[in-house]
Amino acid sequence: MSRADVLVSADWAEQNLGQPGIVFVEVDEDVSAYDKGHLAGAVKLDWKAELQDQVRRDFVGKEQFERLLSSKGVSADDTVVLYGGNNNWFAAYAYWYLKLYGHRDVRLLDGGRKKWELDSRPLTEEVTPRPPTRYRAAEQDTSIRAFRDEVIAAIGTKNLIDVRSPDEFAGRLLAPAHLPQEQAQRAGHIPTALNVPWAKAANEDGTFKSDDELRALYAGAGLHEGKETIAYCRIGERSSHTWFALHELLGQQRVKNYDGSWTEYGSLVGVPIEKEV
Amino acid sequence: MCGAPSQDTLDQTLPVGVDPATATILQGRVVRSGEPVPSAYVRLLDRSGDFTAEVVSSATGAFRFYAAPGRWTIRALSPAGAGEQSVDAGTGFTETVIDLV
Repeated sequence: MSRADVLVSADWAEQNLGQPGIVFVEVDEDVSAYDKGHLAGAVKLDWKAELQDQVRRDFVGKEQFERLLSSKGVSADDTVVLYGGNNNWFAAYAYWYLKLYGHRDVRLLDGGRKKWELDSRPLTEEVTPRPPTRYRAAEQDTSIRAFRDEVIAAIGTKNLIDVRSPDEFAGRLLAPAHLPQEQAQRAGHIPTALNVPWAKAANEDGTFKSDDELRALYAGAGLHEGKETIAYCRIGERSSHTWFALHELLGQQRVKNYDGSWTEYGSLVGVPIEKEV
Repeated sequence: MCGAPSQDTLDQTLPVGVDPATATILQGRVVRSGEPVPSAYVRLLDRSGDFTAEVVSSATGAFRFYAAPGRWTIRALSPAGAGEQSVDAGTGFTETVIDLV
């Protein structure tokens, strides 16, 4: 797999809008962004209302995911191109989520909405309906999803990579600074985790850095390529961005995303936490 | 246009649970030649220049971050230009105007 199989440029996207077999899907943290303008023909996926179980904390089950993608008019053999705001955080999360359920051909629009807007490319408020499909998903591929017990067992043995900002890693902030800081969980990070903020993998316009730059970034931070890697952040969206860089762009095979992330770990009773004093 | 969290409600009240007596709130406006710039990408960088957050300015050019006391740089980017400003923030509100050139 190469970069071209998983990442498309804004030029490529603009030329392929409306092509049969290619579905553009917008996923944002601000779920109203799509309604104010989106790529022509794109469908909206709501990461909170549609991708999460609405009662317990977990993803929707396989059958519910099949119903969701069927209702969006996505087929299992479509090329799904994901994009969104926040430098593609939630688009990368949806990418990882679609891979979790076995979608074959998923790609990210490099730079997401930001690059698209900075280029002054066209957006529309018009919603293009897609006929429903009969989508079939695979069982969850847990080789890319980490759970809490595995994370605790990974302390001091596997690569743990904390992709939050240095201030969150140090325990000075509990959330990205566009969100209020009052939170229930403890501040700090998982012992032995490396801090490689997701933003170091991206350019200012939201596009990914080159493979050579990415390799140098993670090697320089001390990531051991021979070991398994677990990436985490606060709720698993920024770590999806880093999972994408490591697993999809650099082709590292044994990389998992811990979607429980700090909002789970920082609330657990009795687990070790490191915090800058 | 809104690729990051909407700032449209900034001219109104703080979110529930945010207490300016304890929170560190950095806010302000993005302008160019004195006119507000909506839909600019505004990022908050820590004292080492590392990314901490990014929002999109509102229709009136407004933005807001919730951080911690210390030195911060706010950098704005839009098709209209770029600009940045460093601030020393304490508890409560710190107001900044980012002028794009």
